Amino acid sequence: MYPISVENLSFAWGKHKVLDSVSFNIETGTVTSILGPNGSGKTTLLKLLMGFYTPLSGHILLGNDDLKSLDLSLRAKKMAYVPQRHSAVFSYRVLDVVALGRIPYSNVFCKITNHDYSLAGNCLNQLGIEHLAERPYTEISGGEQQLALIARALVQQAEILIMDEPVSGLDYGNQLLLLKQLRRLARSGITCIKTTHYPEHALWTSDRAIFLREGKIIAAGNSVDIINSEMLKKLYNADIKILESEAGSHKMRTCVPIFDDI
Amino acid sequence: MTHTKFRLTLVLLIAILVIITYVSLHIGTIKIPMAAVISGFDAQTLGISHESALTFKTVISEIRLPRVLTALLCGAALAVSGAAYQSMFMNPLVSPALLGVLSGSAFGAALGMLLSKSMFVAQLSAFVFGIIAVGAAVFLARFFPGNRLIMLIMGGVISSSLFTSLLSAITFAADAKNELPAIVYWLMGGFSAVSSSAAYVVLPFMMVGIIIIITMSGYLNVLSMGDEEAASLGINVKNSRAALIVVTTLICSLTVALGGMIGWVGLMIPHIARMICGPDNRQLVPLSALIGAIYLLFVDNICRTAFAGEIPIGIMTSLMGVPFFILVLSRTESRWN
Repeated sequence: MYPISVENLSFAWGKHKVLDSVSFNIETGTVTSILGPNGSGKTTLLKLLMGFYTPLSGHILLGNDDLKSLDLSLRAKKMAYVPQRHSAVFSYRVLDVVALGRIPYSNVFCKITNHDYSLAGNCLNQLGIEHLAERPYTEISGGEQQLALIARALVQQAEILIMDEPVSGLDYGNQLLLLKQLRRLARSGITCIKTTHYPEHALWTSDRAIFLREGKIIAAGNSVDIINSEMLKKLYNADIKILESEAGSHKMRTCVPIFDDI
Repeated sequence: MTHTKFRLTLVLLIAILVIITYVSLHIGTIKIPMAAVISGFDAQTLGISHESALTFKTVISEIRLPRVLTALLCGAALAVSGAAYQSMFMNPLVSPALLGVLSGSAFGAALGMLLSKSMFVAQLSAFVFGIIAVGAAVFLARFFPGNRLIMLIMGGVISSSLFTSLLSAITFAADAKNELPAIVYWLMGGFSAVSSSAAYVVLPFMMVGIIIIITMSGYLNVLSMGDEEAASLGINVKNSRAALIVVTTLICSLTVALGGMIGWVGLMIPHIARMICGPDNRQLVPLSALIGAIYLLFVDNICRTAFAGEIPIGIMTSLMGVPFFILVLSRTESRWN
């Protein structure tokens, strides 16, 4: 049994087919990166997984249950969503935004209890951003907002975390901070799925990668196995070399573009 | 705002509301001594004749009490709906007036008045057209791509001008001797013509609507995060927003049916409340209700006592709202980004 498995999933906007018979399984406690050029259907795939869109055909299974058959709050208890850019309009306190992660567990009046607030405080601690608790959400940096949204997903106590380009718009330091956190979360048993534009990030943090091109999976498997010059050429139509270097106690792989044709 | 501070603010506002309500009952063209209600209209304590005491009692219970309650609840209803619309549409710039709800309801009420003499038909039709107006605004905003904040305002402008023109068409068609003046005076807004029987039928609904929105204020917080996030938190966005739209539009249309088009309250009061307690709807909505009630009662008192003749309250709220809103705008720009 997999936390998520997708069978022959297809989706279209009108006549334009966005996803074509996509199938894959996700294992517990892994980080999966979905890679692909712009317009390859990455975000659509995530939104289908979240149940925001209805598939044209195919199934999404959460454990043993069909996603369609689960009611919204049950879904929310199993699966949390970290959106790409949060367009906050009102300046809620960070702690209030994070505590909203308890909504799936709240009563019919959406009552958030003191216990919920202390859980939210713990999750801020866990991510090392407890100093942000009282700040207005609209006034913290993009990286801090992204971390706050991850904290909200943790408060939700879901076993699956779905993230849409979590590093987009973050500076380099914040990107690394976020990637490290992802690794830590996966180690604690949470299954993470994210879209990304950086094959390097997939090499650094994720066990698995899925290559999506024009709505079809062209490769899926262990990141180290499938992220190579040949596949990246196929995926992005660019010449890229993979180098391995020592970094602290780890061997890290990096992508180096080849600019010979200039 | 912390819990203790919030509770203190609530107590303070309730105290102000009680005092202003008490004072409002005693002021007006017929001057009534301030001790009248407290003394139970006792002629001896007040030092007046028995007949005057009876007159005072009738004036207060038959005329002023329904009017004061109407002003108070309409203020609360408009402010609460403004706060609710702003959160559920994630847009601090919308209000019952800007979404076209007030003009839609006004058109509906005028149509109802023209077609039937029944107050109930007028109110029902006000509600139906209020819903159609807000539906049109939301539909137009969805239909055309673009900046979400601005498109909803544009949708509201279109919907509101559509119903304003339809309303003009009705006034044009109305009989110039009887119906026309009635419709025009009612449109300018005012509580002078509200009968106590009409008020006591409508006000309980308004009260229940306000209470429902206050109890649903937790949903407003979730909805203000955006549709997909709210759904990912396990909320049925369509149903909860639809329920909230129905209740908010209902109480707005009831204010229109009772007191005409009273603009600015629904935009201004939530902003003032937000300056006091921040954007959390669980505090914002009840605070808006109290501030709205105090504000509209205050303005209504000015309307009926400050000048020899009565001024329509819609004119007064706009006159007071414009400078006040400029002040609010100058102090809140950072909160909107």
